[in-house]
Amino acid sequence: MTEAESPLVGADSTPDATQAASDMVLETIGLTKRFGAVVVLRGVDLHLRRGEVLGLVGDNGAGKSTLVKILCGFQTPDTGQIYVEGKEVSFRSVADARRFGIETVYQDLALVPQLTVAQNLFLNRELTMFGRLGWLSAGKMRRLAKSYLEDIRVEIPDINAEAESLSGGQRQAIAVARATRQNAKILLLDEPLAAMGARESALIVDLVKDLSRNHGVSMIVIDHNYTHLFELCDRLNVIQQGHIAVDQQVKDTSVEELTKLMVSAYHRELAEGQRLLKQ
Amino acid sequence: MTKIVARATDSDSNIRETPAPKESGSRVYSLVQRATQQRELTVVLVTLFVIIYFGIANSAFFTTANIITICQYLASFAVIGFGEVLILSLGEIDLSAGAVYLSSPWFMYFFWHNGIPIGWAIVASMACCAVIGMINGLITVWLNVSSLIVTLAVNYALFGIVLIGSNDIQVDMPGQTGHFSIIFGVGAWSTTLWAAAIMLTIWALLKRTRFGLHITATGGNVLAAAEAGIRVRRVKVWCFIIISSASGLIGILDAIRIGTVNPGSSGLDTVLPGIVAAVVGGTALTGGRGTIFGAALGAIFLGVLEDGFNLIGVNANWFYLAEGVMILVAMIANTQLGDLARRLRR
Repeated sequence: MTEAESPLVGADSTPDATQAASDMVLETIGLTKRFGAVVVLRGVDLHLRRGEVLGLVGDNGAGKSTLVKILCGFQTPDTGQIYVEGKEVSFRSVADARRFGIETVYQDLALVPQLTVAQNLFLNRELTMFGRLGWLSAGKMRRLAKSYLEDIRVEIPDINAEAESLSGGQRQAIAVARATRQNAKILLLDEPLAAMGARESALIVDLVKDLSRNHGVSMIVIDHNYTHLFELCDRLNVIQQGHIAVDQQVKDTSVEELTKLMVSAYHRELAEGQRLLKQ
Repeated sequence: MTKIVARATDSDSNIRETPAPKESGSRVYSLVQRATQQRELTVVLVTLFVIIYFGIANSAFFTTANIITICQYLASFAVIGFGEVLILSLGEIDLSAGAVYLSSPWFMYFFWHNGIPIGWAIVASMACCAVIGMINGLITVWLNVSSLIVTLAVNYALFGIVLIGSNDIQVDMPGQTGHFSIIFGVGAWSTTLWAAAIMLTIWALLKRTRFGLHITATGGNVLAAAEAGIRVRRVKVWCFIIISSASGLIGILDAIRIGTVNPGSSGLDTVLPGIVAAVVGGTALTGGRGTIFGAALGAIFLGVLEDGFNLIGVNANWFYLAEGVMILVAMIANTQLGDLARRLRR
C-alpha cells in the first residue's frame, strides 16, 4: 500500500486498536462469504467499541447486507472469526446472536399495531402472577414500561396507546427500546431514519445518542443516506468489493471527503483488478 | 441531554397541526372521542334500538317467558361467537364449529348407547370435539391449508359422520330428569348461565392472560410475534381446540334441553350466526382485534331480532330479508363509526 498517510485502512492499521481492545464489544477478523462463484465478502475486519455508533455505507452488491446478515446470525461466514466482548462466538441462528446481545431492529416488523406501547415493550417477556396461570401483571408492566421509557428519554404521551396510533418515529423508538430493555448490547439498525420528517428524525437521533453515550449501547447503522449517517454515527465504514475500504471518524470527515475517498478507493480497486488481469 | 418530545403526528403535519378544542366543549369532545373508540359502541346502540322497538311493538316482548326464550335461542351462537372471537383475532376462521355443536350430542349419545354412564359420555364427547379442533388447527398450521377450507371440509365430514352413525334417524337424548338435567340444559336458565360462564372464561383468557396477548399478537403481526419468540402455531392450534370444545359443550346442553337430535341440521346455518355475532360486535375479520363482550352483544342483537320478528308476526318469507338488511345496517354503522373515531383521533 503506497499511501501511508491515507485514512484508508488495511487489515489491522486502526490507530488505537490496542489501547481500546478492552472496550471492544464486537470484532470480526477476516470474514469471507461466497455464494457459488461469487465472492461477496473478501476478509472483513470490523470493530465496534462500547457505546459507539458505526455507520455502514456501500453500494448495492458491495457485501453490506451479507455482512449484516452474518452479524445478526441469519447467515454463517465461510471463514473468519467473530468476537463479542473478546470471546469468539459463532451464531447458528438469529436467536443465537440475540443471546449474545446482538439484535436487529426493524421499523415496522417489530411491533404489533393492535397492542399498546407497554404490551409491545414486554411482548413474550410478560410479567405474570398466580404462577403458571399466566395472569398478566398489567399494572406493573405499565409502570415499568413508563419508567424505562423515561430512563432512555423517550416521551410517549400515553403508554396505553396502541402502536398503530403512533408515528413512525415513535414506533421505531419503541422497537429500539424493547431491544435494549431486553439487554441487547449491539443494535443493528436498518435505515432508521427512512421516510421520516425532521421532528421524527430528531427523536431517533436523540435516542441513538442517548443510548450510546449514557447506556453503553453500541449500534451499527446501515443507510444509503449520508446526511442520516453523519447525523447518527461516530464512525463510518465504507464497504467496497467485499471488504472495508474506508474507516473514518465522522468528526474528521465530511460528505465531500468521504465521497472522494470512496471514489479513490474504487479507482484503486479498479487499477488493482486490471493489474491482476494483465498478469 | 435534550429531551425527546414525541407527538402522535405524521412527519409532515407540523404546519397543519391545530390546537384541539381544549377550552369550550372539550369535555363533550373527549367524551364523544372516547365513546367512538369503544369498538362495542355500535352494537350497543343497534341492540338497544331493536330491544326498544320490539318492546314497544309487542307487550309480550318484556315477559320473563320471552326473555328465557331469547336467551335459550342465542346461547348457541353466543358461545360459538366467543370461540370465533379467538379464531378471528388470529386472522383465521372456523366454519366447523356449527357442525361440532351439532355432532357433539351424537358422540355423547353413541357413548351412552354403548353403556358408558352419561357423565363420562359427556366427557368423552368433549374430548372428541377437542380432537376435532386439534385436527383443524394442525392441518391449518402444519400443512399450510387455509383454515376456511380446512374447517369447511371438516364441517361436511362431521355432517357425514352423523348421517352415517345415526342412519339418518332422529333420536331422544338421555339425561332428561333429576338434578343433573337441571344443571345440564333442562333448567330454564341453564344454557344461559353456561354461556355466561364460558363468556367470562374466554374473556379472561383473551384479555387478562399471556396466552390471550399472544393471540392478539399473532393475529396482529405474525412476523413480529414469531420474532419475539411466540410459538404462533401452538397458539393457533390451542384456539381451534378451545372453540371446538366450547361449541361441543353448548351443543350437548342444547340437545339435552331440546330432548331430541336431528341428524339433518346444517352446521353452516349454526356457525354463521356465531361469526356474525362476533363481527357485528366489533371483532375484525382480519385479525388482531377481538371483543368477547361485543360478541355477546352481537348474539343478543341476533336473538332479539329473530324473536322480535316472530313476536310481531312478520311473514316468514320476509324474515330473512329483514334479518339480512339489519345485519348490513349494523355492519355499515360499525365501519362508519370506526372511520369517525379515526378522524377524531387525528
